[in-house]
Amino acid sequence: MYQTNYHRASSVDEAAGLLKKADDGKFVSGGMTLIPAMKQRLAAPSDLIDLRHIKDLKGVKVSGKSVTIGAATTHAEVASNADLAKVCPAMCHLAAHIGDPHVRHMGTIGGSVANNDPAADYPAALLALDATVVTNQREIAAADFFTGLFETALNEDEIVTAISFNAPDKCGYAKFPNPASRYAMTGVFVASSGGGVKAAVTGAGDDGVFRSSEVESALSKSFDAAALDGVSVSAGSLMSDIHASADYRANLVVVMAKRAVAAANG
Amino acid sequence: MGMEGIGARVARKEDKRFVTGAGRYVDDMVVPGMKHAAFVRSPHAHAEIKGIDVSAAQKMPGVIAVLTGKELKTDGIGNIICGWMIHSKDGSPMNMGAWSPLAVDRVRYVGDAVVIVVADTKGQARDAAEAVDVTYEEKGAVTDAVSALKNGAPQLHPEAANNLIYDWEIGDAAAADKAIASAAHVTTMHIVNNRLVPNAMEPRAALGHYDKAEDHYTCWTTSQNPHVARLVMSAFYNVAPENKLRVIAPDVGGGFGSKIYIYPEEIVCLWASKKSGVPVKWVADRTESFLTDAHGRDHVTEVQLALDADNKITGLKVDTIANFGAYMSLFSSAVPTYLYATLLSGQYVIPAIHCNVRAVYTNTAPVDAYRGAGRPEATYLLERIMETAAREVGMSPADFRSRNFIREFPYQTPVIMNYDAGDYETSLNAAMKAADYDGFAARRDAAKKNGKLRGIGMSCYIEACGIAPSAAVGSLGAGVGLWESAEVRVNGVGTIEVLTGSHSHGQGHETTFAQLVADRFGVPLDSVSIVHGDTDKVQMGMGTYGSRSGAVGMSAIAKALDKVEAKAKKIAAHLLEADEGDIVIENGELKVAGTDKTVPWFQMALAAYTAHNLPEGMEPGLKEGAFYDPSNFTFPAGCYICEVEVDPETGRTEIVQFVAADDFGNIINPMIVEGQVHGGIAQGVGQALLEGCQYDAGSGQLVTASYMDYTMPRADDLPSFKVSTSNTPCPSNPLGIKGCGEAGAIGSPPAVINAITDAIGNNDLTMPATPQKVWAALNA
Amino acid sequence: MSEVSMVVNGREVSGAVEDRTLLVHFLRETLGLTGTHVGCDTSQCGACVVHLDGKAVKSCSVLAAQAAGSEVVTIEGLAPGADLHPVQAAFKENHGLQCGFCTPGMIMAAVDMINRHPGGLDEKTVRAELEGNICRCTGYHNIVKAILAASEAMAKSKKAA
Repeated sequence: MYQTNYHRASSVDEAAGLLKKADDGKFVSGGMTLIPAMKQRLAAPSDLIDLRHIKDLKGVKVSGKSVTIGAATTHAEVASNADLAKVCPAMCHLAAHIGDPHVRHMGTIGGSVANNDPAADYPAALLALDATVVTNQREIAAADFFTGLFETALNEDEIVTAISFNAPDKCGYAKFPNPASRYAMTGVFVASSGGGVKAAVTGAGDDGVFRSSEVESALSKSFDAAALDGVSVSAGSLMSDIHASADYRANLVVVMAKRAVAAANG
Repeated sequence: MGMEGIGARVARKEDKRFVTGAGRYVDDMVVPGMKHAAFVRSPHAHAEIKGIDVSAAQKMPGVIAVLTGKELKTDGIGNIICGWMIHSKDGSPMNMGAWSPLAVDRVRYVGDAVVIVVADTKGQARDAAEAVDVTYEEKGAVTDAVSALKNGAPQLHPEAANNLIYDWEIGDAAAADKAIASAAHVTTMHIVNNRLVPNAMEPRAALGHYDKAEDHYTCWTTSQNPHVARLVMSAFYNVAPENKLRVIAPDVGGGFGSKIYIYPEEIVCLWASKKSGVPVKWVADRTESFLTDAHGRDHVTEVQLALDADNKITGLKVDTIANFGAYMSLFSSAVPTYLYATLLSGQYVIPAIHCNVRAVYTNTAPVDAYRGAGRPEATYLLERIMETAAREVGMSPADFRSRNFIREFPYQTPVIMNYDAGDYETSLNAAMKAADYDGFAARRDAAKKNGKLRGIGMSCYIEACGIAPSAAVGSLGAGVGLWESAEVRVNGVGTIEVLTGSHSHGQGHETTFAQLVADRFGVPLDSVSIVHGDTDKVQMGMGTYGSRSGAVGMSAIAKALDKVEAKAKKIAAHLLEADEGDIVIENGELKVAGTDKTVPWFQMALAAYTAHNLPEGMEPGLKEGAFYDPSNFTFPAGCYICEVEVDPETGRTEIVQFVAADDFGNIINPMIVEGQVHGGIAQGVGQALLEGCQYDAGSGQLVTASYMDYTMPRADDLPSFKVSTSNTPCPSNPLGIKGCGEAGAIGSPPAVINAITDAIGNNDLTMPATPQKVWAALNA
Repeated sequence: MSEVSMVVNGREVSGAVEDRTLLVHFLRETLGLTGTHVGCDTSQCGACVVHLDGKAVKSCSVLAAQAAGSEVVTIEGLAPGADLHPVQAAFKENHGLQCGFCTPGMIMAAVDMINRHPGGLDEKTVRAELEGNICRCTGYHNIVKAILAASEAMAKSKKAA
């Protein structure tokens, strides 16, 4: 790791101010992606501004169907939140399968969303749930937020403070993990509401998380795994690597979509 | 057997320190004034070094020394060698290229060490390593052995034309050809044995300390054989004479072969300590381990198996190309020859065998012995082709194997080995019973209803362990003898220290070796201590690999115990005024048989050291040493059965049952033996399902250089295993032990692949059988 | 450089370290607690697992500065008395370790796992929960057995108390 200067912020404003003062600062929350990247000398921020101790950023609020998750809420806390489990169990299921137990104790939803790793789980949920990313400056629709591999609409000094969404009638998530890293090699989040069906795919797209029109149109006719029989997804814009070719990922999109729907239908 | 003696499931004596965090590994060692090293490594697979500018690095904060290969050569440090001479079939000696511990004018693989930087902290050493400016002129690279042999391939070493290290053969080519020509059925296969990275959980490390006042060196290193390290560093690398070099291998976190070899880093740390005047510690990070630990396997083979009309095997013909990487590692040459081709008879009567092996340089990390070393490659090709042949001729895999089993011992194979004992049918039957083989069809049907494809596969392996009779391996080209030494010291109060040349890096010697002693003298296990891993304490030893610590290491202890027992009986006979032939040792007492006359063990020991009343002419004290050189290899064998369910939608394989029935001869501690089998199976399943080391063919970059891309077996990849043992005692050593360390890794890969190919109905599948590959095979 | 203070194994400790210092290096090098190990660079092997404010974390992925003000328990602090912690004892009794290198992280992960499953564990859950800990020696067979045994033993002794 290169040298860096550590700062602990106790409020969002303080954090934003610290970043402005830094040469090439970065916010750190759980640090489960950033610290390993720094260890490998792939990231070298001059300053690290720690958001983990900002009280306002923590906790899950559920009111009717309306859900707000503070950005510094850990994956373990999302996974085990009883109120959330009542209205949106798929979100708990998703959080319970990010990384491993130790990572889930540190990693946060805000950190994951702001990092937008193309193999992260949360971006698929946010996109399918039509969630809103709340920052210290504005509110951004998920559809506008994820802009490419590790790219988001966030400004340099903008801090994700919360994620909010309305729980759909039904939703489900299924992922096929990369055998080595255990990140999503293909993960599909499906959500069905009065307004229709959304299906978002992570781990597979060559430009990050995306919505699958093939899956959505099939499921719009009938929100049932059988509706996906015979559906094929184009491999054209899917990733290829040593673990999975684009064709194999295209197959996994449909298979995981089926399993996500089955989970949503309980 | 007593509660703590031979055959008892004793909990390990060494565990308390490991479960409380008190284990002491090389990275835990601190020497006053110690500094930290980082290596500048080649980012290219193949390049000329045109210049090295260290001036910027030397000015970095905390930097003490920046040293290059040129300086190392000037100081007379020698090249790294391969210690086993193989001759090609034309009689010429193998073509070994030069391997300097720090590259001087050329780098040959990504990770090749070029410069060492010593600084106050590890972070500073790394910072400065990045500031070393090496000018490279890139050359073409080749990473797979088949391509490296082709005309026009990039050439690695001037000593090895066409990158060929040797072209070796064993067996009778004409007889094998004749068998194939006259066969009723010939099965032909193309077999790839995938390249693996050993991945002991403790990364390699070295701490070199030169004491100027004493002109003496100490090296703490992650070694499976500290004495061999000292010998080689003295005799070949000119680091220091043996009496001025102490090598200590303290607690070592796994080895699996990868810590046998003497690597550049320990040599360079010792030299750099003298050069810089400070103790120098280097600890690999995991990516460095991936890049520079000796890799394993990596064979490509064409094989033909000939059968007569009764489905009896008449011949086997094998043509193998073995990837050796960029340099010849310490035992590399022996792996695809005498540890591989000599096992090609397997458990079967095969009248004619021929095997040709070409060893090849490529721009990849050196390849050497990894758990099983040659024997997994032999077993994989033989058990894959046995299963395939059974399918082709329409016989059950079990009946086909059974029909061809060797049933009379000793049995001389056509490929050197003389099997001393075995009972293959017993293992096969035990495994089939444990697996409920007969119930498989019903389980397959049930799985089908759940949308899963269920398959079953078996593997009947044999290995040669207890490595090895010195004269025999010497005649085959080994540069060293493979005996073992032991010393048993009985103290004045009767407690016992055993000094052994074996080295435990997980095997539990502190327990099993003590059990042997406790069993012999009836003394408490706690009164026996095992000392190993330090060249200043133990006189000499050959270390631990090749499943040799039980069969060879413990046999040396047994020989020393014989001598102790003889002297103890003489002393007791003198004290009890009896004939020494009447003395028996039971429950910690020496007794006159058939009487109530006894002398406690401790009192006999005290008498030996007070020396007030010893037999006429006897020297005081009670300490005996022995060297044991085995008379033959040992031949553990067994049968493994794997049952899988494949998810046809994703291609993911789940191992739903794994059965191992092994014949290890006599067993000291069944709990520890079972643990060895579990771990071996996990590595074998890893090879079959998960692990595949990959280089990018164009750039020569290692693509699988971390756990992000190299799939290590995790708990949820594996089931609990059903293991059992049978026992035909080994007649070739005093304890009847065969060895158990490698069996799991040897026997399991073909069982897994036989099961998957059975499940999916497509035999065209290479390891690792990743979900993607299985899915593709299903949709082919 | 910053002065970092925390409570480690029940004792207030502090040290001046570079801000880039990882918690695992603070424990090993500044405090001499070498039971916590480093087995990889990518936060996957779990040899470095410690408890931070009562929860298992990977100390190779947390800066010492991030942990300042927290309570840390390492393998050395798990059983302060002469007796082994039930999980340590179960690993020994069930031969749940061979080379011992992954063992401290395994045991700290197991204690956390058992704490989070007061209703008990089954084999499938244990295997899934061990996703963040890699062992190369045991094939996990006896680790799983040890954790199940410890979980039962701890539940029994809780009932008795």
